[in-house]
Amino acid sequence: MNIHAITAIYRFEMSRWGRTIGQSIASPVISTCLYFVVFGSAIGSRIAQIDGISYGSFIVPGLIMLSVLTESISNASFGIYFPRFTGTIYEVLSAPIDYIEILLGYVGAAASKSIILGVLILATAGFFVPLEIKHPFIMFFFLVLTSVTFSLFGFIIGIWADGFEKLQIIPMLIITPLAFLGGSFYSIKMLPVFWQNVSLLNPVVYLISGFRFSFYESADVSLPLSLLMIFVFLMVCIVLVRWIFKTGYRLKS
Amino acid sequence: MSTILSIHNLNKVYASGFQALKNINLKIRKGEIFALLGPNGAGKTTLINAICGIVNPSDGKIIVDGFDIINDFRATRSLIGLVPQELSTDAFETVWNTVNFSRGLFGKAPNPAFIEQTLKQLSLWDKKNNTIRTLSGGMKRRLMIAKALSHEPRVLFLDEPTAGVDVNLRKDMWEQVRHLKNTGVTIILTTHYLEEAEEMADRIGIINKGEIIVTENKTDLMKKLGRKQLILDLKDPLGEIPAPLTKWALAFNPEKTQLIYTYDSTKDDNGIAQLLADLSSAGMTFKDIHTNQSSLEEIFIQLVKP
Ligand SMILES: Nc1ncnc2c1ncn2[C@@H]1O[C@H](COP(=O)(O)OP(=O)(O)O)[C@@H](O)[C@H]1O
Ligand SMILES: [Mg+2]
Repeated sequence: MNIHAITAIYRFEMSRWGRTIGQSIASPVISTCLYFVVFGSAIGSRIAQIDGISYGSFIVPGLIMLSVLTESISNASFGIYFPRFTGTIYEVLSAPIDYIEILLGYVGAAASKSIILGVLILATAGFFVPLEIKHPFIMFFFLVLTSVTFSLFGFIIGIWADGFEKLQIIPMLIITPLAFLGGSFYSIKMLPVFWQNVSLLNPVVYLISGFRFSFYESADVSLPLSLLMIFVFLMVCIVLVRWIFKTGYRLKS
Repeated sequence: MSTILSIHNLNKVYASGFQALKNINLKIRKGEIFALLGPNGAGKTTLINAICGIVNPSDGKIIVDGFDIINDFRATRSLIGLVPQELSTDAFETVWNTVNFSRGLFGKAPNPAFIEQTLKQLSLWDKKNNTIRTLSGGMKRRLMIAKALSHEPRVLFLDEPTAGVDVNLRKDMWEQVRHLKNTGVTIILTTHYLEEAEEMADRIGIINKGEIIVTENKTDLMKKLGRKQLILDLKDPLGEIPAPLTKWALAFNPEKTQLIYTYDSTKDDNGIAQLLADLSSAGMTFKDIHTNQSSLEEIFIQLVKP
């Protein structure tokens, strides 16, 4: 194990984030505040409780997941796309490191940022609504698992993308809609049966449901099913990444 | 002398179907400066990138200091430092951070004293806290060298190190390369200038269209390539070479307006004085006389068709 290399990549990625810390932290925190003002107070006060939880509190897990998903993908995809774009990737490719070490550096850093962000949003939410976390360990486990899985997914996008547009397209066209339709702001039980079944095809539903369960013991799908779905997605990403490094896809010619 | 790098039957076919390297066989000796000379597109960068792990070889074997570059990649890559042809850097990083990053990436524990020494040698010490985007082109090139040296490699690849570097800096750079050689580092550099290869290298390999045409000691090769031409512009085109001059092995240009005499510029007696005397006694007159050194392209033609 080339520990020095993992540390070097990890530090490099964290300090890149540190240089734009204001932007990286402030923008998700501000948008969370806006969500609370609009949905939590203005609209939420006219919405009945869901499963005995006030609307403002109900949306907290979904809001955190929304930010964690998009930030994981954008951080990790940018982290690997940028060296490819500038050409500095030559150094990583010619270094005595294997793909596990590359992943630990890049994906580890992206996931760390997402975890920090998730905790910050949680703290911000605490100012607006009463929070209760029934299963803090499960909560943290979900946060870490989601951060890692979607950072890995972002890493794959960063390798696949051959332009800045493609880097943006997946988060914008796929993840944001899936997250919004995945029960961030409502329980899918509130939908007609047909749309409930359609929603079950949306992987984000399982994330948000499981995450919300850890807070309020209220879920759209069972906890084991949620965990299983994330693991399946994580496995798919791992298989893809292995293939990428084995073939050198878009990394080596 | 022992071999530090050996390449056996290496082929590279890019995904486009283009064959950039054709059955390359090459041995590099420990401690030498080897120049890989060839025109643009010859395959120099492809060859270096294959050795360093940036390009996947299609076929063949590469051994560095007894280790296979694929099966024992950790061992071979730790031994190698690479300064690529393109100046690619992280614009917003500082000099100090980027060089330390490189050292870590190559698996070495931090060693601030060594990094300081390297930066001083490359006249970058006073720039250590500058962000890279504030450096000039020459400084960036030296920074790339500092990064490549940060993990104390035993083999250093310099891919067209003097491209875009002015004459003074070029001299400094050669000075540094010689210094590295003295510390026992094997250096492989690419260039498309014959003069550069001549000045720096112990041995020269010539590559053209993906094939290594020749590898030879510099002095032997320069002897071979030392041929020059004396070109005589005729006043009136000639039908054939006059009989008294046949012993000179003169040639015509296609239009028969020039007489061409090929001689060895490394010999003391190149025969020019005698030739001119013979020509004037044959009563031949010329508009102009000039000499011509074989260009790289001509050398290739010469080497491919001996
Ligand atoms: N990724 C690639 N895909 C297809 N062809 C390539 C690729 N990279 C280089 N080539 C081709 O391979 C040949 C050798 O290129 P290169 O090794 O860069 O030459 P040199 O460094 O000697 O100028 C050139 O004809 C170039 O166009
Ligand atoms: Mg080149």
